[in-house]
Amino acid sequence: MNEEVLGRNFKSFELKKHLIISFLIIILIGSAILMFGFALNQLKFPVLSTLIFFPVISASLIALIPRDKEELIKFSAVVVSIIEFILSIPLYLSFNKNTAEMQFKEEYLWIPQWGIKYSVGVDGISILFILLSSLLTILCVTVSWNEINKKIKEFYVALLLTHSAMIGVFMSLDIFLFYIFWEAMLIPMYLIIGVWGGPKRIYSAIKFFLYTFIGSVFMLVGILVLYFHTGTSDIIALTNKSYPYKMQLWLFWAFFAAFAVKVPMWPVHTWLPDAHTEAPTAGSVILAGILIKMGAYGFLRFNLPMFPEATIEMKPFMMILSVIAIIYGALICLIQKDLKRLIAYSSVSHMGFVTLGIFTLNQQGIQGGILQMINHGVVTGALFLCVGMLYQRTHTRLIAHYGGVATVMPAYSAFFMLFTLASIGLPGTNGFIGEFLILLGAFKAWKLMCILAATALVIGAAYMLWLYQRVFFEKINSEFLKHIHGYGDLNTREILTLLPLAFVVLWVGFYPNALLSFMDVSVKELIKHMTLTVGALK
Amino acid sequence: MSLSGYLLLSATLFSIGLIGFLIRRDLIVMLMCLEIMFNAVNIAFASFSYYNANLIGQIFVLFSIAVAASEAVIGLAIVLAVVRNTGINHSDDIANLRG
Amino acid sequence: MEKYYVLILLFPLAGFLFNILIGRFVSNKVVSWAGVLSIFGALMVSLFAIFQVLSGKTIEYNLYTWIISDDLKVSFGYLIDQLTAVMLFVVCFVGWLIHIYSVGYMHGDPGYSRYFAYLNLFIFSMLILVMGNNLLMLYFGWEAVGLCSYFLIGFWYHKKTAADAAKKAFIVNRVGDFGFALGIFLLFVNVYALNYTDIFSKIPALKGQTIDILGFSVDLITLIALLLFCGAIGKSAQIPLHVWLPDAMEGPTPVSALIHAATMVTAGVFMVARLNPIYGMSEIALMVVAIIGALTSFFAATIAVVQRDMKRIIAYSTISQIGYMFIGCGVAAYGAGVFHLYTHAFFKALLFMGAGSVMHAMAGQLDIYKMGGLRKKMPITYITFLIACLTIAGVPGFSGFFSKDEILWYAFASDKFYGKFVWILGTITAALTAFYTFRVLFVAFHGDFRGTQHEFNHIHESPSIMTIPLIVLAICSVFVGYFSIPHFLEPVVGKPLITVSHEREKFVMIMSTIAGLTGISIAGYVYLIQPAISKKLTESLSGFYKLLWNKYYVDELYDFIFVKPTLRISEKFIENFTDLKLIEGIVNGIPNLIYRLGLLIRPIQTGQFQQYAIFMIGGIIVFILIILNI
Repeated sequence: MNEEVLGRNFKSFELKKHLIISFLIIILIGSAILMFGFALNQLKFPVLSTLIFFPVISASLIALIPRDKEELIKFSAVVVSIIEFILSIPLYLSFNKNTAEMQFKEEYLWIPQWGIKYSVGVDGISILFILLSSLLTILCVTVSWNEINKKIKEFYVALLLTHSAMIGVFMSLDIFLFYIFWEAMLIPMYLIIGVWGGPKRIYSAIKFFLYTFIGSVFMLVGILVLYFHTGTSDIIALTNKSYPYKMQLWLFWAFFAAFAVKVPMWPVHTWLPDAHTEAPTAGSVILAGILIKMGAYGFLRFNLPMFPEATIEMKPFMMILSVIAIIYGALICLIQKDLKRLIAYSSVSHMGFVTLGIFTLNQQGIQGGILQMINHGVVTGALFLCVGMLYQRTHTRLIAHYGGVATVMPAYSAFFMLFTLASIGLPGTNGFIGEFLILLGAFKAWKLMCILAATALVIGAAYMLWLYQRVFFEKINSEFLKHIHGYGDLNTREILTLLPLAFVVLWVGFYPNALLSFMDVSVKELIKHMTLTVGALK
Repeated sequence: MSLSGYLLLSATLFSIGLIGFLIRRDLIVMLMCLEIMFNAVNIAFASFSYYNANLIGQIFVLFSIAVAASEAVIGLAIVLAVVRNTGINHSDDIANLRG
Repeated sequence: MEKYYVLILLFPLAGFLFNILIGRFVSNKVVSWAGVLSIFGALMVSLFAIFQVLSGKTIEYNLYTWIISDDLKVSFGYLIDQLTAVMLFVVCFVGWLIHIYSVGYMHGDPGYSRYFAYLNLFIFSMLILVMGNNLLMLYFGWEAVGLCSYFLIGFWYHKKTAADAAKKAFIVNRVGDFGFALGIFLLFVNVYALNYTDIFSKIPALKGQTIDILGFSVDLITLIALLLFCGAIGKSAQIPLHVWLPDAMEGPTPVSALIHAATMVTAGVFMVARLNPIYGMSEIALMVVAIIGALTSFFAATIAVVQRDMKRIIAYSTISQIGYMFIGCGVAAYGAGVFHLYTHAFFKALLFMGAGSVMHAMAGQLDIYKMGGLRKKMPITYITFLIACLTIAGVPGFSGFFSKDEILWYAFASDKFYGKFVWILGTITAALTAFYTFRVLFVAFHGDFRGTQHEFNHIHESPSIMTIPLIVLAICSVFVGYFSIPHFLEPVVGKPLITVSHEREKFVMIMSTIAGLTGISIAGYVYLIQPAISKKLTESLSGFYKLLWNKYYVDELYDFIFVKPTLRISEKFIENFTDLKLIEGIVNGIPNLIYRLGLLIRPIQTGQFQQYAIFMIGGIIVFILIILNI
């Protein structure tokens, strides 16, 4: 059999474009340094609003580019996302890790009659998601380079808008603003799945939309109840108030409905495999990377601090649901035949770990949970990127069609292996730190749940390594090879797409404090706040 | 003459228009029935205006005549369009909105 | 000065990075120099460290804080004491020899650079395992060596058997690690430390504490020790998790020598010895260790007796010998266990490399019944193999004798009630060991060649880059036993208690010598003098033979109990029933229900606007009636 299959001729950068883009990047770095100056000197530069609205403005400018200038559209999308990322670096550098206060706060009256404000800020819990989102958006743009062939302009506009809405969710300090961003994110995401998705895209997109929307309607009711009960819509102010127990319980469930669907927790997870499978690569990455983190973030921002009594009451129930998700997701992965679907179900399992960590209600569990969200975003995002790259070459996602890919795509296989290992939580990768902290927290909170959850270590290894074996090892599937032009190893663009994520995987694996130190004080404060509130009520 | 006479006339006209609208199937006739109902209402307005000795009712009459005129224009245009496009001038046969 | 010992870790890491990133683009010569030199560097630095330790110093140094979260504070640091020193020597020295051997063995393989990269990564991970100064570092190394083992078993990944074996090894190890992780958690939530020194200072306070499991109260320390031992069972291939090691022989032979004989699989013994303050405080845990060790060594030896595949026989022998080490640990003679680990590393690596040399000559043939008379064609391999056999059989004067005798003596003399039992099993196993190793030797190297003339002509002695490591290891196998490891380790693992007078030591020694010699002579009789007997025996005991040949059907049993039901439950119950029917049924059912309701009231919408007008008028009339209050 001809194993030296040459790669298809992918469109590669021409030299001229190289020059243009490097020139642009130099300009970017210059402007970024300027921004650094602003942020570091604390000149009250509204960095958060810039982060939210810069992509929106850029997207509307991109929308003005004539439709036939495809390359220009792609380049501007790359440039915009890189600038966005560089803009978010000052956040990381000048963030004060010793306080749980909201930082980089901005506040303007928005609807003065009702006291609704446009107010944004970040603390140790939310800051990392903004960085992650900015990073993943760049990669989403580059990975879509050849994958998206129709309505190119609209795609990148939708991608940038999704990014804006998502980081808006993580920054909002006003409950109505939060809700608006929360819902605003749905629209571009719905379009990304529904327009550029696979064959069952319409069904999946509608399912995704209805599922999440029904969940958030309950949240809207909860938000209104909170608002009319207290008369304020400020999240910090709402957090510092206490509510009667009965009301806490109802509100807990209302918010739970929205967040559980988003996470997704068992048993409301079934939108996820469909949406992930049908979405284009960039869509899957955004979904897995950031979007489903919004649910877990919501738990941390609303349920835990606002309804501590109800949370403590519901802790066993939530832990059980999480453990069911962990084991259920892992078992179902064992028999998936579709690459993307398998990784999608593994998300269910991993997000089970996240919610398990959060609802241990102790420092290690919550820190592990937040870290695991970042890890999962990086690792599963990377896995989806990888699958997308393979799909572009072969146009199939069925595991049975593959085999022996390691022989023809060595660099690709190495990347995939690294992310596989991170996904099964091998020490030295970021996955280990997160899972270890979560399991330790769970062990402190409820030993049985920890033991059950830890079985996923075994099943996780089983399904991921089995997947790896079937796709990368053994002989090349010669029957299938006839139908495609062949495999070609990664090109420079693709390697550059995966490299940052591989770096994060190892960096966090060996030096997790780089991220853990951000959330340390905030999580401590959260737990203290909960215990104090519950203590005061009793 | 007492008010009731005018009101009786108005009611009679209105009923004729209404019944005509409901039982006739010709689109043009149905439009004419609508006009009859309009005019019945106008009579009622005018007679109340006279009876109460103020002008509000008559202003309303003028207003509704203007509305009726434009309504007749649009209605006829629609009927014309329907007839031209489908060749149907019979209300039973126009049931595109059936669920 | 202390911080420079990190070089021991950095050298192999650098070798790994070089070979994995650049190795593909440079010549094989550069790759092998990078691979071998990096390990040599590590060996040199660790010799420095060992001399430091020999002068009575212990080295502990924290590089940086790895994880901080609330009360959890783990640093990335290393501890070099006597125990670590022994392991460092074994890992670096044997590792280095095997690297050199690999240069010849892997010559011409398309994955040459990848091979050396993995091998360097393995040494790095193994060094983390033995050098770490806390349990989490141990766990790190523990999983990382498992990963390297996965890579190297599946090195020839295009073979399905290799890929299967690699996956199996990793997953079975994960089962053990599951218990190991829980053990770490349980330990941590009681002592709030993971650093060895802190753990050992705090562990006595836990004595007598119990923990409730499903209504039974269990001694806390025992539970911790047993959970941690789960990891050792997996990694060291003890019953019931021994199934992965024989399959692991799919990897290149030097890998089997390094990972699956000398170093990685003995990590479990190292762990028990390292955590001896915990094990020493729980009689039950020690008993479990000893009995699992004894049973494993016995059963693995019985399986080895009937196998025909040379590497598999040696693999079962490895399982059996590790069982021995656990016997030593189980009677609190950790020093003896580590002593056997140390001698075993040399002679078992030698055995494997001898097998590798044979494979090299016979184009990958492994069935010993297709060999024969090899000693004339491969004299160096034959002599070194013979030395290895003599060592493992426990012939007096060779290193294996000293370490094995040490273990059996402490088992015999131990104050534990199960001491005599494990001693008897151990002695029987010694006889079996001698029998099956000499069976290999006699069948493969003596007699006449069983293959074709063409194959026979092809047989040749291996190149000197392979035979020199063999010779070095053979010399080591003879002499390493004269350095008394148990005495050297006393500061770390203490001295075992002895309840029997020292005169009896001669008795134990004589018994084990007799056992060894009996095994050898039976093998000689059966396979050299009367070859027909073996066939007769096989036929008369065919049921038993079949049981042993199929390794007690453990693989089939696991497949039947765990693998198939899990897959079936996942498919039939979880995916098809719960996910697709139940949850998706509800999710798709609600919109469906609404659609059906819509169908019911749809006929009202006739499209006849005159009908709508009637409804409208009816409505208006009703309103008027309501307003007029009629």
